[in-house]
Order: sequence, then structure tokens, then C-alpha cells
Amino acid sequence: MGAGHAHSRILAGVIANRSDLPVVLPFRLGAGTGAAGAWRPGPPHAVALAIALAVFVVVGDAQAAPGTPSILTTLLKWTPLLATGFLLNIAISFIAMAAGTVAGTFLGLMQISLLAPVRGVAWFFTQFFRNAPWLVLLFYCMLLLPFELQIGGTVIPLPAWMKATAGLALAVMANVSELVRGAVQSIPFGQWEASEALAFSRRQTLWMIILPQCVKRMLPPWMNLYAILVVGTALASIVGVNESMTLTGDILAAENRTELLVPMYLYLLLWFFAYCYPIARATVSLERRFQVR
Amino acid sequence: MATAPAWTPAEPLIRIADVHKAFGAVTVLSGVSLEVMKGEVICVIGPSGSGKSTLLRCINALVPIEKGSIQVEGQEVNDPKLDKLALRRKVGMVFQQYNLFPHKTALQNVMMAPVHVLREDKAEVEARARRLLKKVRLEGKEASYPGELSGGQQQRVAIARSLAMNPDVMLFDEVTAALDPETVKEVLVTIRELAEEGMTCLIVTHEMGFAREVAGHIYFTDRGVIVEHGPPKEFFANARDPRTQQFLSQIL
Repeated sequence: MGAGHAHSRILAGVIANRSDLPVVLPFRLGAGTGAAGAWRPGPPHAVALAIALAVFVVVGDAQAAPGTPSILTTLLKWTPLLATGFLLNIAISFIAMAAGTVAGTFLGLMQISLLAPVRGVAWFFTQFFRNAPWLVLLFYCMLLLPFELQIGGTVIPLPAWMKATAGLALAVMANVSELVRGAVQSIPFGQWEASEALAFSRRQTLWMIILPQCVKRMLPPWMNLYAILVVGTALASIVGVNESMTLTGDILAAENRTELLVPMYLYLLLWFFAYCYPIARATVSLERRFQVR
Repeated sequence: MATAPAWTPAEPLIRIADVHKAFGAVTVLSGVSLEVMKGEVICVIGPSGSGKSTLLRCINALVPIEKGSIQVEGQEVNDPKLDKLALRRKVGMVFQQYNLFPHKTALQNVMMAPVHVLREDKAEVEARARRLLKKVRLEGKEASYPGELSGGQQQRVAIARSLAMNPDVMLFDEVTAALDPETVKEVLVTIRELAEEGMTCLIVTHEMGFAREVAGHIYFTDRGVIVEHGPPKEFFANARDPRTQQFLSQIL
């Protein structure tokens, strides 16, 4: 087959949008704009994970030196420790989500302020933190925040996990800020006009008429953001927080068995999956419910 | 306003004089004058884009004017010190797209402004809201959300919502233009009842039959000016201006 022929086939494939050759298909932005919202776990992922885990357990056991405990027994042995680490992941995600949502709501409202300077400042902070890699934010918080705070006479220690939580909260804040701004702007202008004609003040209109309608629109992407945040908490292992990812590394170091490497990380993956999958399902069903207007 | 002269019902409730308005380079109103007496029903007709809706929005200060004067009960709307909220309590407005609050029931839609803006007693407002919904023939729909109602029903909720503020004048902005033909009538009947009860109404409409029947006076606008006006009989029978004649021949 000549090069020219192949080339024309690729072109034809691109145009016809179907080809057995590896072509770049037209890229379409999903409903959720931005990086968030792209990946969602589904049942096939769970099946694939479970099969992979089973295969590696069997293969690993076959490779193991005689006399060593089976991989399943080893996984079960470390489960309580892994659970404590995973609980820290959940705690970090809860606190970062709560703090980020509160801060992000106010930042988002500042983005739609009538005062241009307020809008400008809010826009800057939103864009700055939204476009910074989460890991960079984590490092900044680890290095810039002191290990303890002294307020008056009391000393408040700032452990590493708290600093990591602050870093993740900044990322959440910026994303929530955009969610709020986008949701407010998606409400038809007629709602503002009708409220104005009924003598509502701008503040009343915002809090009693616009924002209640936004909550419904924001809930699915907000839950999506939370699922992404939970997965993102594993980043805290890089800055030395003793969460499940760090502990998995510690366990592997302690066991010092190469056949354990893949099953152990797959096992951890299953934990995250089990936690995030129901959230993803709920998000999808909410989206479906809210679509009808 | 302390500076506003005392207004008496013998004077026009709404007095519009030489109003000019442009959106950027597009001139929408170029010298419109119009008066509405208390209890009068005025219909404004004219081709799309002739500035009818903008004129209504200028009256309750949703849209600022550039030149001229609009007075509502003697109060100058163009005054920068104007208490907009006080003005809007007097002027009710109903929109083409209803603009009901979708997260509130019909009853809550009607009750919201009196309770939160006028800070009236909730029980009293509820009784009034139920009465108003009954008046627009929506008894039994109090707990329905706007999404569960037909267009005509939604528009009647919007009328009740506006009436709940006890306005002195009602502005209707093409309120039947977005409706199915079969629901147009129920809304027009509601408006006609209001007019018969003596409510001052300024109605922008494309329903010529309705205008002829309900209006005390008809204004025809085109390209930002009032071309012609008169009592409906005279207006429809002997339109003098060629633009009016052409418009009427297309519509009727």
C-alpha cells in the first residue's frame, strides 16, 4: 500500500468520522466545561479492576517463594491499617470540600459584583487557583504555612495533613467560584427583570430568587468535583501526609515482596472506586432528573 | 420625594413627554408623548421593534431614558434620586415570558413580594393571594409549580403576582404573544375583567380584536414615534396616516 493511498484513507477517515486507522477524531467539550467532569467510573471499570486484582493475586501466589503467606491473607492483614489511612483521605476531602465551597461561594458572588474592582480581584484569584496544578498548590501550602500558629498565648499546631487540606481547599474554592458564577449567569435575565419589577432589591433577588435556582444546577457538577477531590487527596502522599497512598508504600516496604506490588495498589484503587462510584452514579441520576425543566 | 408636587387623580397617572431612548447606535424611542388617566385602559400597538416594550420598561425604571420626562403620579421617573422601589410598588408589570419563579409554587410566587418587599403580615398576604388566584380562575392550583402549569395558567399567576402588590397601574407587555392560541382567550378575559373593575392599564398587544374591545384609547407606534392615536372606533375605521393604514391592512 502506497503512502499516498494511506494518506488519502486517513483523510477520508477523518471526514467520514470512522476509520480503522488511528485518526484524531474531532474533539467535543463535554457538558461540564474544564478538566472536571471528563472521567467517570462505571461498572466496566469495577469489573476490570476486580478481574485484574484476581489475576494478579493468582499469578502472584504462583510466583511466591514457598512458605510465604498468600497474597489475600497479606492484603487482609494490612486492611485495618489501610482503613485508617483511607479515613484520613476522607477527612481531608470533607474539610477541603466544606472550606472550599464556603470560600468559593463568596468568591463566585464577588465575580458577579456590580463593582468592577471587586469583580477583577475575584476573577484573578479564581483563575490563579483554578489553573494551578493541585500538586503545586499543595507544595506551596506545605512550604509557606508555618508548622504552628501562635494566636495570643495559645499555640495551634498545624500538622502536615491540615496544610495539605488547605492546599486542596484552594483548588476547590476556585472551581466552586466558577460554578457559582456560571450558574448565576445561566439563569434567564427575565428572572432578574421580574424581581426588579416586583421591587425586590438586588440582594433579595440574588438570595431569594437566583441562588435557590442555582443550587439545583450546581449540585451535579459540585458532586463531580467532590469525587475528583477524593481521588486527588492521594496527592497528599507526595508531601508526606500519612494517608492511604503513603501507607501502601510503607506496607510494601515492610513486606518487601515484589509480587505484592501490583495487587496492593489495585486493592487501594478498589477502595477509592468503592467510595467514588456511588457518588458518580448519584451525580448522573441527578443530572438526568434536573434535565427536565 | 419631598420635591414632588402633590398629585391628584384629576391629573394623568402616567405622563410621558418627549421621551428619547437609544441602545448604543440604535434609536428605540425618539420623542414619545402619551398620557394615561386613572382608570383608563390604553393599548399600544405597532410593528415589532417599534419601541413598545422599551416604553413600558422606561415607565417603571427598568430601562433609563436619555431625554424627556416620565411622571408616575407626579413623581419624575428620570430623577436620579428616585426611590425605585417606591415607584415599582405602584406600577405592576406582566411580561411576555411570564417570568414566574420556577422554584416556588403558584401561591408562593404571588406571596413573595408582599411578604418580603412590603413586609406585610404573612397570614394576611396568604388570604389575599388565595383570593387573587381565585380571581384569575386558578383555584386549586395554589400548590402547583410553574413547570406544572400551562402557558395561559402561568401568565394568570403572573398577573395575580403583580396584583398582590396592590399597584395603581398595570403594564402588560405582549402578555399573550408566547401563548398557544387556545389559552390566549383565558388571559385576555382576565385582563378585561381587571379593566372593567377600573384598574388603570397600559397594554402593549398584537391582539387587535382585544384592543378594539377593551381600550379607551389606542396608540400606534412605529420607529420610535407615536404615529397616530385615538378612540378605538375612530382609529380602526378611519386611520389617517399611511403607515397606520398599511399596518392595519396587514393585521386585520
